Amino acid sequence: MRAWLRQHAAAFRLAARRLLRATGLASALVIGIAVSLPAGGYALLESLRALAGRATLEPQISLFLRPEATRAEADSLGRALRADPRVGKVRFVPREEALKELAAVEGMSEVIASLGRNPLPDAFVVTTSEKSLEPLAADLARLPAVAQVQADSAWARRLGALERLGRLALVLLAALLGAGLVAVTFNTIRLQILTQREEIEVSKLIGATDAFIRRPFYYLGLLQGAAGGLFALVIVAVLLAALNNEVRPLADSYGSGFRFAFLSLSGACTVLALAGGLGWLGAHLSVSRHLRNIEPR
Amino acid sequence: MVSFSTVAKRYPGGKTALDGVSFALAAGELAFLTGRSGAGKSTLLKLIPAIERPTSGAVIVNGQNVGALKRGAIPYLRRNIGLVFQDQKLLYDRSVYDNVMLPLAFSGQPPQEAARRARAALDKVGLLGREKSNPIELSGGEQQRLAIARAVVNRPALLVADEPTANLDAESAAKVLDIFVAFNQVGVTVLIATHDLALVERYGRRVLHLEEGRLA
Repeated sequence: MRAWLRQHAAAFRLAARRLLRATGLASALVIGIAVSLPAGGYALLESLRALAGRATLEPQISLFLRPEATRAEADSLGRALRADPRVGKVRFVPREEALKELAAVEGMSEVIASLGRNPLPDAFVVTTSEKSLEPLAADLARLPAVAQVQADSAWARRLGALERLGRLALVLLAALLGAGLVAVTFNTIRLQILTQREEIEVSKLIGATDAFIRRPFYYLGLLQGAAGGLFALVIVAVLLAALNNEVRPLADSYGSGFRFAFLSLSGACTVLALAGGLGWLGAHLSVSRHLRNIEPR
Repeated sequence: MVSFSTVAKRYPGGKTALDGVSFALAAGELAFLTGRSGAGKSTLLKLIPAIERPTSGAVIVNGQNVGALKRGAIPYLRRNIGLVFQDQKLLYDRSVYDNVMLPLAFSGQPPQEAARRARAALDKVGLLGREKSNPIELSGGEQQRLAIARAVVNRPALLVADEPTANLDAESAAKVLDIFVAFNQVGVTVLIATHDLALVERYGRRVLHLEEGRLA
């Protein structure tokens, strides 16, 4: 058992030394650049999803009352809405408040001042967890005092579709670049085997097992992949920092604290584990193919 | 220790390298294998550590039928056989010391024990003090002695050498053969292939003579 651990430690050290040579680091950097594309894309998508999620965590329906509707009518409508089991939160937006909100938008205060009177109706904003908004919206439209119902289902659907599209594109990109990672590792290990051909042959002659000979190559594949993953995380962090530099003034002008967030801890660990695992796979394919052919004559 | 019974080796293409070879080498024996180049000496030696497999007949080493050995068992067979080659097969990208350490890396010795054994092996072939040199700096005789140190560092019961003196001057050759004799005196079974009959006669040991694939 101790001998076995010692051999693994020795193989690991050997692989680490080989990785730290220029060619090993260059391969790791190539892998890092390849991995940074899906990893960075994922970070962007997650940030945008969080932003979109704040806006439409649950689908909303806005009900605009007839302009002549009284506060009493509004109150009874509010009670009717709260009684509906399909309706989640109910928020009443009085016309005065809506006007204030509108006035707060840059450039609108002069427009409103020129109107002379408040053109806005009272409104209710309700949330719902219903899958399809149309039947609920139609029912709400039939309630007394309601002039118009606006469901944001179309926009929620489009956003959802866009997100799914982005996700699919990322998965395809990740699969493609993952295959590239395996190919890069396959080739590095092949070259490494070629340069060590003599050593491998002599080792086999004097009693090294196949497992002993393969071990450093597996570690090299694993370490190179993981180092590539690490490079990718650094690249993503730097790119996001650069993007955020530009996002900050833009988001601030909208009164939003939005920033592109780096991958979560589990996300970063997944990137490292996947890159390392694919490196191991590339080493496995290369070793299975190339080591068997080296037999002492 | 080693026994061949009616061993034949034919290579693809029909060339017969060995034909009906039978002999036995007792534990503790030292024998020379002689014959012209092409007589089958190298082929015979390669059958012992399963570098080649016999076409027919049985090769028994240490009670194991080598010809029928599974691929995975071969490394363990080879660890018990010290192999010395005409072209030494040293690794020139590392020191003399690291060349001797190579077999110890996979036999799983603790580091101090491995270092002790490597030094002892180098001492026996008279290369202690050259540990840090690169093998390329050594003379032909010294390189061959380094190959022997590497072969014996795992203390094998059997030493097999293919033309270990072929490229050496008479003095270096005698030095190398003396080392084999010294190992034989402490109980190691030794089989040496050579075409230098004068050298063989001087030692007065058992001689196996191959002629066109048959023992004469």
